[in-house]
Amino acid sequence: MRDLPLPPAPIALLAELTHRCPLSCPYCSNPLEMVAREGELDTATWARVFAEAADLGVLQLHLSGGEPVARRDLPELVEAARQAGLYVNLITSGIGLTEARLDALEAAGLDHVQLSLQGVRSGIADRIGGYKSGFDRKLEVAKSITARGLPLTLNAVMHRQNLDDLAETISFAVELGARRIEIACVQFYGWALTNRAALLPTREQVEMAKRTVAQAVQTYRGRLAIDFVPPDYYADFPKACMGGWGSTGLNVTPDGTVLPCHAAATIPHLEFQRVTEAPLAEIWQHGPAFQAFRGHDWMQEPCRSCARRDIDHGGCRCQAMALTGDASATDPVCRYSPQRPAVDALLAEIPEAEALPEFTYRR
Amino acid sequence: MTDTLLTAKSDPFVRLPRGVRLHHDRVRDMPVLLGPERALMLDEIGLAILTEIGQGLKMSVLIERLAERYDAPRAEISGDVIGFIEDLQVQRLVDYADA
Repeated sequence: MRDLPLPPAPIALLAELTHRCPLSCPYCSNPLEMVAREGELDTATWARVFAEAADLGVLQLHLSGGEPVARRDLPELVEAARQAGLYVNLITSGIGLTEARLDALEAAGLDHVQLSLQGVRSGIADRIGGYKSGFDRKLEVAKSITARGLPLTLNAVMHRQNLDDLAETISFAVELGARRIEIACVQFYGWALTNRAALLPTREQVEMAKRTVAQAVQTYRGRLAIDFVPPDYYADFPKACMGGWGSTGLNVTPDGTVLPCHAAATIPHLEFQRVTEAPLAEIWQHGPAFQAFRGHDWMQEPCRSCARRDIDHGGCRCQAMALTGDASATDPVCRYSPQRPAVDALLAEIPEAEALPEFTYRR
Repeated sequence: MTDTLLTAKSDPFVRLPRGVRLHHDRVRDMPVLLGPERALMLDEIGLAILTEIGQGLKMSVLIERLAERYDAPRAEISGDVIGFIEDLQVQRLVDYADA
């Protein structure tokens, strides 16, 4: 018996510093059961995690949440990450980013800000975020970020109720001076799965969105970089989720639990470890949750013998779990999946505009 | 030899914007270009071009310097250099700016 070869080094670490957040978006990527403030890792432990991540090969650090600005020690965390040699990206709603805090983050060496956008006008944005006057405050923050020369990406989360505003959203990004926009159609896990009937776009919306993006890529070439994540339920093949399980990135939750992706805890039988229990390298290389879906041995048919198995890696394990109850199944988005009819049935049942259900907000 | 790909109008000042930087990846032992959501592994040529940019310079000057440094005909390398820079500019990893 010989040791298995080590997995490739990860490139990105998503640090969910806190689950606390002033917004309550109905598609929040945090789990339904959140970590309370008392359970959060302290400053020194995060700093150690960042150093271990850099030693392991991580280049990109995404400081996320919840709302990471809710952490008072955020500038210290940015400084620790820069000292470890990481590229530091702040993923924020902008709420709580005062001028003084931006000064401190700039001084600490923050590289880039990714600002979430719930809607392109105050009415829709504040309704989605569940936070009154949130849009106006976000706008002020965005202007301050670009006035400082900090690189800005808008992360526009799109779904049934705002996808018709896509062209306006892209021109809004250009007017703000953002360098990039990520047009991320909601993926259905956790809170978004709970609210799927209110969020799943129609086929007409998706087709229009593709045309809008193709046009905008030409119109704004050289001014705005555009990344588009279409809703995968309408795709023929699944997304190559995380570039393959346990191959490029890892996620650390507020209490230090290390996950292969932010939704991995929705897979019931996986065993996770914490950064307080084992070194990050040990967890990445040998942790049972990371090993669970590496390689091909876990695959079932039709994935196992599929010519695309190294292209999309069988798709998303969390989506297979959510829609089929079996985390090892082919992602049912795939046209080769025997379960694809279940996805088609969901698309056939999309409610009329007047009949959209109310949101269950993240609380 | 004149350069057909560059005119006065399309000879931009090239620079790395804030938030984009060269980095030596000590774990993989290779140079990378780090930017928003990007980590581009660089080959020898890519590293040479980006290193030459320094604090910023005109595209024509960049090509000139690379031609000298590698003792290569200007006309032969200009297409590759311009293509490389334009590809990065479209991704906003390189800026065209007034000097």
